[in-house]
Amino acid sequence: MDFLVSQTHISPFYLVIIGFIIGILGGFFGVGGSFLAGPALFAVGVPMNFVVGTDLAHIVGKSIVAAKKHRALGNVDLKLGFIMVIGTIAGVEVGAQGIEWLKHFGQANVDQVVGIIFVVVLISISAFVGWESWQTIKMQRDREREAEMSGVGARELGAKEDESAFDHIARKIHGIKLRPMMKLRVSGIERVSLWAILLVAFVGGVFSGFLGGGAGYIRMPAMVYLLGVPTHVAVGTDLFEIVISASYGTLTHAIKGNVDIMIALVMHTGAAIGAQIGASSTEYFRGPKIRLAFVPLPLIGAAIVIYSLLSGKHLK
Amino acid sequence: MEDKPTHAARSFLIELLVYAGLVVVYVFFVIAFLGNRLDALYQHHKIRYAFAALLLIIGQGVVLEMVTSILLKLIRSRSE
Repeated sequence: MDFLVSQTHISPFYLVIIGFIIGILGGFFGVGGSFLAGPALFAVGVPMNFVVGTDLAHIVGKSIVAAKKHRALGNVDLKLGFIMVIGTIAGVEVGAQGIEWLKHFGQANVDQVVGIIFVVVLISISAFVGWESWQTIKMQRDREREAEMSGVGARELGAKEDESAFDHIARKIHGIKLRPMMKLRVSGIERVSLWAILLVAFVGGVFSGFLGGGAGYIRMPAMVYLLGVPTHVAVGTDLFEIVISASYGTLTHAIKGNVDIMIALVMHTGAAIGAQIGASSTEYFRGPKIRLAFVPLPLIGAAIVIYSLLSGKHLK
Repeated sequence: MEDKPTHAARSFLIELLVYAGLVVVYVFFVIAFLGNRLDALYQHHKIRYAFAALLLIIGQGVVLEMVTSILLKLIRSRSE
């Protein structure tokens, strides 16, 4: 099938299948899936600036479905979401301007710079999440052993439903007294600086505008580890926020000529059913083991980009 | 007699095939039909193209959410 806007020729079945796989992973892990969608589009010859804009458009459609479900479950902190939108939009604009600046040096430079940064980010996320989830599992095992020896329940020893080995970092950030301070009732946070929220959102927005996708792979863990938001609320709020910020990103990238909406529409047909299946599957798997299972996924995306960058070939 | 998991898997596969059929018709007849018009809009009116692109993906998101929810409800009711 010819996609006239980006002047590419891609099998629609490939796009539907990629969308379906990304939909399942997105529904299961609560991320947009751009770490796979980006490399998968790049691998079949879509220019990197179109990869960035088109992936954002595809994420709008997919996130509407997921955000609607999370809202019904009470997993969306609207106050936090609206504050984050401001920081994210500012960041997306900075990221999109970065792409525009790179375009002045030629398409090959856009592909190379974005590709290399993408690989570094993906490998870093994979390493960090792997290390963190392993630490948390180890911490839980130690506590269970301690509970067994002392004959006390693990909960009395401080175990939480949704815990992380990085809880102490969020507590330190809550302690930063940079006014104005906010109370986030739905997230269960008594006091946090508005600037901390805006900074987390801004950094996520820069990655979103520069590398494509909703950057949920950065913002969602940042909300949990840095702001101390419970995982299920972080996932729901992030998706709500992505609908607004990715819509803005789609508009700004489309005006700059970086969106092939036909590719996004075809991919989304597979992603819609995949997201439903993935979200339904989460009830069978929970906790840090899900985060550990997530570790190989960004590495697959990184491997595809490395192959394309080194060989100069696209997987058609 | 079929056991419960086999029955559920079969229902799931049937619904997936129904969805795949709907997607093929939609992609080849509806989306492909839009190709030239969207390209013309992209070449001459970038701002109109941007708003049309956003409306299309939001509209498709809402419609497919309804279609997939109905299909998954059917799978559950068949497998129960």
